Amino acid sequence: MDLSAAPAPIVALAGAGRSFGAVRALAGVDLSIAPGECLGLVGHNGAGKSTLVNLVTGALAPSEGSVRHAAGDPRASGVRWVAQELSLAPNLTVAENLILTQRDLRGLGWRNPARARIRAALDRVFPDHGLDADATVADLTLAQRQMAEIAMAFAEGGPDPRLVILDEPTSSLDASRAGQLLEHVRRFRDGGGAIVFISHILGEVFAVATRIVVMRDGRIVDDRPAGGFTRSGLVEAMGHVVRGGDRTERRNDKGPEVVATAEGLRAHAGEVVGLAGLAGHGQAEALARLFLARTSAWRGRGPVPVAFVAGDRARDGVLPLWSIARNLSLAGLSLLTRAGLVDRGAEGALARDWRGRIGIRTDDVDRPILSLSGGNQQKVLFARALATEAPIVLMDDPMRGVDVGTKAEVYDMIRAEAARGRTFLWYSTEAEEMTLCDRAYVFRNGRIAAELAGAEITEERLLAASFEMGEVPG
Amino acid sequence: MRRLDARLLLPVLSLALLLAAVFWVQPRAMSYTGLNLLFNLAVPIALATIAQMLVIMVDDIDLSIGTFVSFCACVTATVLHDSPLLGVLVLGAAVAVYAALGALIEARKLPAIVVTLGMSFVWAGLAVLMLPAPGGATPDWLRTLMTVKPPLLPMAILACVLLAVVSHLLVTRSALGTRLRAVGGNARSVARAGWSVVRLKAVAYGLAGVFGVLSGMALVGLATSADANIALRYTLLSIAGVILGGGEFTGGRVSPVGAVIGALTLTLAASFLSFLRLSPDWQIGAQGAILVLVLAARLLVRRRAVA
Repeated sequence: MDLSAAPAPIVALAGAGRSFGAVRALAGVDLSIAPGECLGLVGHNGAGKSTLVNLVTGALAPSEGSVRHAAGDPRASGVRWVAQELSLAPNLTVAENLILTQRDLRGLGWRNPARARIRAALDRVFPDHGLDADATVADLTLAQRQMAEIAMAFAEGGPDPRLVILDEPTSSLDASRAGQLLEHVRRFRDGGGAIVFISHILGEVFAVATRIVVMRDGRIVDDRPAGGFTRSGLVEAMGHVVRGGDRTERRNDKGPEVVATAEGLRAHAGEVVGLAGLAGHGQAEALARLFLARTSAWRGRGPVPVAFVAGDRARDGVLPLWSIARNLSLAGLSLLTRAGLVDRGAEGALARDWRGRIGIRTDDVDRPILSLSGGNQQKVLFARALATEAPIVLMDDPMRGVDVGTKAEVYDMIRAEAARGRTFLWYSTEAEEMTLCDRAYVFRNGRIAAELAGAEITEERLLAASFEMGEVPG
Repeated sequence: MRRLDARLLLPVLSLALLLAAVFWVQPRAMSYTGLNLLFNLAVPIALATIAQMLVIMVDDIDLSIGTFVSFCACVTATVLHDSPLLGVLVLGAAVAVYAALGALIEARKLPAIVVTLGMSFVWAGLAVLMLPAPGGATPDWLRTLMTVKPPLLPMAILACVLLAVVSHLLVTRSALGTRLRAVGGNARSVARAGWSVVRLKAVAYGLAGVFGVLSGMALVGLATSADANIALRYTLLSIAGVILGGGEFTGGRVSPVGAVIGALTLTLAASFLSFLRLSPDWQIGAQGAILVLVLAARLLVRRRAVA
């Protein structure tokens, strides 16, 4: 074997990019991953990490440039992927799940090889794992499911793994299991395998990566051997330098405390409180818990205590067959009823009033809601919440996919309503929006990791609190 | 395996309980002929239940199975009897239509409940076209097959055991069946692993069509003639059978052995009620009550397991 020649890369991207409609999620990426390499991939939400991973695994085709795999297609090249959201079939056993990824398991006599492979992989990655290959996935704990999924990716057979992509692989593992995984990643790497390692725990990235790639706004902004970075340098490379946010309207006088939860979430009347951190670290759940605790009374009469603005419009927000006016009046319907019937005249007047106040671009509020653009639909959802006169408004990343102009209008609206004494709890993954808040809680792993107030809320501070800087075992 | 046993415990218990009740009311049923009479009609119902289970397994539901079985029965009693080759072709085409429906439902993301409800009228119409008035005749070989008297065990029970074994191998043990169950459990990751969910759903529906055809043929073999409305009740019976047998409406959690036991239980419930000399007007209601009872018991068992 000729050791002097550079090993052929398992995957090579040249000028690769991917657009979704008008949005360019990834642009001009040149990257090749060679055997024996462990690539640490870091960046904020929406930096393009998952799009890049999707190109490497072949789940998406590039809309520009090229992606080449060593053996032609990703499966034959031994590319395996442990996605961030768990992707096992819960009704099957651990061994049965292997049949999806390993094509050479077929016919009737496939169970024994499947069992043998997954047991061997589990023993290798997580010694004394205590996991039964014949256990149904639904009966396993979250940590066990993650262990099973990781072991599946490292299991031999149906081509053997050569490049394993681990996306937040330790999110459900405890420290000792995480240590075992990092140990195995190092072994796999030293044995000639390649790894792409994505984690918000920078200590883990430094523990295993031979090379670190930093992504921002759909591009690779830095690509160096791991030794070339310091932790604070890495955080700096991920963040923007420019900052928006105009703080002149900030109120200093605090009203009475209106929210206080067991997990430490507090808010005063007239305050805009941010829930920051990386996506999926418990912010939406915290809002949902708060909302359900306040609104789940059997007899929902009288004024609405809390209103909710959904971020996932299609799933939790819009009633697609209804008119704009009916969508808008839904949450505050009890204010518009007389003797159990909806006062149509008042409903129309309310909708027209809000059309003017929040700038919904339509000439007739009786048109179907889907005649509006996404940003204007979102305005209707805002109006729905604000029209309830609820003193507390919860917002679950409401600006997803909203254009810049609409955002500015809604920001003004929020500040104006807060000045009138309403309280806003605002979850957003965009640091820029958090800088508009009076106070921000940074969530990490389902808990509040930091609380920042006023001028302390900067993108750097938010990022630093979102990523764990501490050492990890192993 | 352990979980499978827990899931099967309740169907087995309810069947045993009903059987004991039947024997207590009518001791003469405890014989070769008695058992055969009790379970005769269970064979087509069990086949239809397996067909339904294959569709429920991929997170859909089939509201057309009753009229489809009626249609297949009419084809068997007319075309298959008169010109066997043409009959086989017609039944094969019916299976192909089923597979195509599965592909269509997945490819266009249509709600299965709507598509199969619509198709139920199509099958019903075709059945009436085939056989405007009750009649037709059973092919001789089919009649012989359905009335064969094997030693030791009556044909009905033997057929059900065979069906349970075959569908268990197909659904629970084979690689294909496991992949189909994975579609019900997590279709996204099946697609991400590079499989065509459209094709897998077509396979699941196509297999359901095959079992539907077999159900229609078995029914004609027992009844000796057909009628366009012969199996209308099968739609709801098959769904009830799957659920009674420990299956669930979503998530690809089904048990083929349980489904066969569920079908047996439902058949037995009907016989039990006739033995009690309950007027037919009350029988359907009473059958529903038995169903509610078993499902309530299952809910309690599940609660206990979770707690």
